[in-house]
Amino acid sequence: MKKMKLVMVGNGMAGARALEELLKIAPDLYDITVFGAEPHANYNRILLSPVLAGEMTLQDIMLNDEDWYRDNGIKLHLGKKIVRIDRVARKVVAADGTEERYDRLLLSTGSNPFILPVPGKELDGVITYRDIADTEAMIVASGKFRHAVVIGGGLLGLEAANGLRLRGMEVTVVHLMPWLMERQLDKTAADMLQKSLEKKGLRFLLQKETAEIVGRDGRVAAVRFKDGQEIAADLLVMAVGIRPNTDLAQSAGLYCNRGIVVNDTMQTFDPVIYAVGECVAHRGIVYGLVAPLFEMAKVCANHLAQFGIGRYEGSVTSTKLKVTGIDVFSAGNFGGGPDTEEIVLHDSVGGIYKKLLIRDNRIIGSVMYGDTVDGAWFFQLMRDGQSVAEIRDHLMFGQAHLGNAGHQGQNKAAAMSDIMEVCGCNGVAKGSITRAIKEKGLFTLDDVRKHTKASSSCGSCTGLVEQILASTVGGAYTPQATVTKPMCGCTELTHEEVRKAIRAQKLLSIPRVIDALEWHTPNGCASCRPALNFYLIAAWPHQAEDDPQSRFINERAHANIQKDGTYSVVPRMFGGVTTAGELRRIADVVDKYKIPTVKVTGGQRIDLLGVRKEDLPRVWGELDMPSGHAYAKALRTVKTCVGSEWCRFGVQDSTQMGIDLEKAFWKMYAPHKVKMAVSGCPRNCAESGIKDVGVIGVDSGWEIYIGGNGGIKTEVAQFLVKVKTKEEVLEYAGAFIQLYREEARYLDRTVHYIQRVGMDYIRKQLMEDPANRKALYERLIFALQDEKDPWVERIKGSAAHEFEELSI
Amino acid sequence: MNDVSTVAQWRRVCPLSEIPRLGARVVRTAHGNVAVFRNDTDEVFALRDHCPHKGGPLSQGIVFGRHVACPLHNWTIRLEDGKAVAPDEGCAATFPVKVEAGEVYLQI
Repeated sequence: MKKMKLVMVGNGMAGARALEELLKIAPDLYDITVFGAEPHANYNRILLSPVLAGEMTLQDIMLNDEDWYRDNGIKLHLGKKIVRIDRVARKVVAADGTEERYDRLLLSTGSNPFILPVPGKELDGVITYRDIADTEAMIVASGKFRHAVVIGGGLLGLEAANGLRLRGMEVTVVHLMPWLMERQLDKTAADMLQKSLEKKGLRFLLQKETAEIVGRDGRVAAVRFKDGQEIAADLLVMAVGIRPNTDLAQSAGLYCNRGIVVNDTMQTFDPVIYAVGECVAHRGIVYGLVAPLFEMAKVCANHLAQFGIGRYEGSVTSTKLKVTGIDVFSAGNFGGGPDTEEIVLHDSVGGIYKKLLIRDNRIIGSVMYGDTVDGAWFFQLMRDGQSVAEIRDHLMFGQAHLGNAGHQGQNKAAAMSDIMEVCGCNGVAKGSITRAIKEKGLFTLDDVRKHTKASSSCGSCTGLVEQILASTVGGAYTPQATVTKPMCGCTELTHEEVRKAIRAQKLLSIPRVIDALEWHTPNGCASCRPALNFYLIAAWPHQAEDDPQSRFINERAHANIQKDGTYSVVPRMFGGVTTAGELRRIADVVDKYKIPTVKVTGGQRIDLLGVRKEDLPRVWGELDMPSGHAYAKALRTVKTCVGSEWCRFGVQDSTQMGIDLEKAFWKMYAPHKVKMAVSGCPRNCAESGIKDVGVIGVDSGWEIYIGGNGGIKTEVAQFLVKVKTKEEVLEYAGAFIQLYREEARYLDRTVHYIQRVGMDYIRKQLMEDPANRKALYERLIFALQDEKDPWVERIKGSAAHEFEELSI
Repeated sequence: MNDVSTVAQWRRVCPLSEIPRLGARVVRTAHGNVAVFRNDTDEVFALRDHCPHKGGPLSQGIVFGRHVACPLHNWTIRLEDGKAVAPDEGCAATFPVKVEAGEVYLQI
């Protein structure tokens, strides 16, 4: 099988990312040749500003050095500009005559800075701000000259001006429009930004149009405006916009309008020629930020690898200014119109301004100045098109889960020093995160998780990590799209799409899913397999194949693995009620098997810790108690108070209600652990307010609360319904849990699920449609029918290989 | 005269069928526990049952392709050479292992 030849023209961030993605999924499909006009390999263009500001060096911002190309068998031609594409002979020709044949061609020619067509534009000292050469020229000039003028008050112009100022120059920013960054900011935010930048020593001339660049001895000396004013300039930086570089594509007869026109699979009008990056016009839009370019790169790689899934459907972008100490965030549309509403918070003395634009209960844009903590969250709500109707009254005050317990109440990444701990699980300080982002060229939360481990365990510092990421990479930052995020690296499909396919195509085993849905890997990975296994048994109870090798060890061994490789055993005590006989048996087992620690858990059970794996079946046998499922993504405990049976205040028999709930739903697997509680009066001693399902007895019946959480993200449960009878409690609780089992993503707790679909939706499913509620409840009861107690099965000897060691 | 106990020899472990596909068995040896893996194409691999990160028992991890994910903190370890997948760094010792006539042998 002869490999196909892939040639890439242009060696910037978008193209190199496409190659990385391609090598990940189809490393042996192509012989790859790359032509780059610049003498450097692929570097991180968005970090040129920190280089200019003296915060980083060129070496720091290389993304793929020449070794990377060599190690991956890619032929790299640096400093060679392709001048002709011969589409008939399928070859490209460089200026020096080098030719290369192709089967597939990838154009990633980027864009060129726009040069104002004014007299004097070719003088020495007139430069643009686009690449390493420009940055180096600016650094050299700052050492020799004093007066810098930057034309263009957009993102790039301001970053250039800030860098030159830090290098000691007197800088004036000239801008044609009435306020700075007019495409990202409204006037209020822009005025605040201008004031802060003036404090840093920058000068501004707004609404000024350049007429002429005045030279002396061939070098720039001054700038003259149309109103006759003139200012001194020894260095002039033009940052007035970029133009997609379409010359090559046009000369080859490819259709271009603003950029090279591509379809949703990044193909040009010649289907063997692909294009990605800033040179592209996709659905009429040209993107100049890194995040969308990476999305394009991924789709393009997918198509080149001959996977038929993955389409690029355009991006919503956000902007952040990379000027140290100034927080500006903007996303989407901020102009407004007759059908939009605004929510504004403005504290001009405190230097804080936030504006949200809302249409049809959805955020369509946001501008933030001074406090951008929630920028990522707003952006996510906007990208996901999530309704904010329910949270509107406190939307402006942000997502209160950032930096909860254990993070010293830190909620502003910018205010943190480098030595402050961000991730309490893995002990990662802010400095390690920013260093990794810069040195390793990280762009996404997943990258940061992989390289630093921050936010990779419990996730409670995720918001903080996202903020640090946003302020370090600026406009390249994209919060994780929750709606379109693929399940894992093995597929492009989302959790929802996979669940739908399992139901629609009646897939009954993991190999069937992997085969039917064209997974990129032969047997998935440690992240998708447990999810698929649950999705299968949730969709097709009693029919789907439950694969123990796809379950996490806890669910395979039916005990919790501990740090030393021993296990812990938690026998079930329905409703937290036990007997002398059970306690005696527990005590005897502890003595006989020398179990080192016996502990009472938060869920009113007894935990035996430090049991050796091979002892588990015997320990279970001698305990003679049901499995407590404390190891599983399943119903764990129903916590109760003593209720009306004993308590002076109890108005309902909460203990019995808890026992009934637990007996009805135990053995139930779920997307994540499920905890319940029943209190016998509104004093709520069983803490029903922080459980997935909490029940509170009142004089006239029971109140049911859902979506509470006491763990990672402390969240108070929300009121669902008040009912009169025990049967109704079971039906509502069961129906809600079944809805969660059928629709939540694996490893989402009920709180996350409710946040995603909204409480209104849950009410609609459960309250407005009694038939649907009953059907949900019955589906749960059917799934639990004849479900075996895993401990009893193993005592009888099933899956014995799991517990026996071999010896030689 | 060689002391027999210090010379690595091929020793029979168990029939291949007793190692679950996409799973592992723990073998007790004089050199500590060894995890013997079997993937879905019936390749077998043997690693010291000790993750380079914090000593987790790799035998208990989820096996996929030629990898295993450590059950303690989800490090991915390559089965052929015991190396952690980047960006993690570390290595679990490997042992020669083979299948003959349906029986698994370990050289130790």
